[in-house]
Amino acid sequence: MSAAGRSMHLPAFRWGLLLLLLTVAGGLGYALLTLQDQAVGLSEQVSANMATSGVQNPVTAVLINFRGYDTLLEMAVLLVALLGVWSLGSAEVHRRIDPQPVLSLLVGGLAPLMILMAGYLLWVGANAPGGAFQAGSVLAAAGILLLLSSKRFPVRLMGWPLRIGLLLGLGTFTAVGMSLLFVSGGFLQYPSSLAGALILFIEAAATLSIGVTLAALFLGGRPQAGPYR
Amino acid sequence: MSSALLYALAGVGLFTLGLYALIVHAHLLRKILAINVMGSGVFLVLVALGGRTAGAAPDPVPHAMVITGIVVAISATALALVLVLRVQAATGRAELPEEPLE
Repeated sequence: MSAAGRSMHLPAFRWGLLLLLLTVAGGLGYALLTLQDQAVGLSEQVSANMATSGVQNPVTAVLINFRGYDTLLEMAVLLVALLGVWSLGSAEVHRRIDPQPVLSLLVGGLAPLMILMAGYLLWVGANAPGGAFQAGSVLAAAGILLLLSSKRFPVRLMGWPLRIGLLLGLGTFTAVGMSLLFVSGGFLQYPSSLAGALILFIEAAATLSIGVTLAALFLGGRPQAGPYR
Repeated sequence: MSSALLYALAGVGLFTLGLYALIVHAHLLRKILAINVMGSGVFLVLVALGGRTAGAAPDPVPHAMVITGIVVAISATALALVLVLRVQAATGRAELPEEPLE
């Protein structure tokens, strides 16, 4: 063991660490305790503008409408993370594993239900908890289960169809935002008559992209099957 | 003490717990898990502080920020896990070397 490794067990290190953690926890706790008991934050502004947002769920309104720029950049972060993973190496789509029959049977029944649930979450996000990210996560979970089971993804889907799926969310979001620049004079400034439909449109594309991206992240590398084989 | 404050203090506790694990564990997988625990603490603080609205509906802005944060945390975790695999493939250990590599 090296000198740095040994130093972890010295009493001085332990006491120093304890002091550091207590300082951090104490400082943060004190900051919380001195906050006001009640703070409406931005909720009044949000509820005042809900009528023009196109949806009834305030979280969805904030995500796609009021702070849509954040969400757009977040889609870009997802994509950049995937590009980082892909640049580090390739991964086999079809691993040589022997999945248990229970898993295969279960996935065969669950995957269609999960896709249905993703669609429901996407739709319900307009007026209740739900939305593109929740739906996308469920979609990704279905994809990961399929990757783990013996159900094979068709190899021909690993080329352009996969890449289009990855880009669809960010592309749609940007395209809608840019067209609104010309229609209503501001990036992502939805006209209130069209806001609901546009938000659903963006969210549908984002759901697909989030699902595909998260499942592709799970692979841990650029899929080998397809045009690169 | 309001329940929002209680949840926020629990979030600080999670953050500190994660910070402790981040410092004492050399294994990179444990460090990634520790950072995720720290992030969960931050999310808990944000959501809890968004609930201080005296019976009215909670502030949706921190909630939207947490959704954004969760997705960024997942992406960062996935990238970090792949980097750990690369470190292990290159050095044989899932730990950062104590001495700089030549």
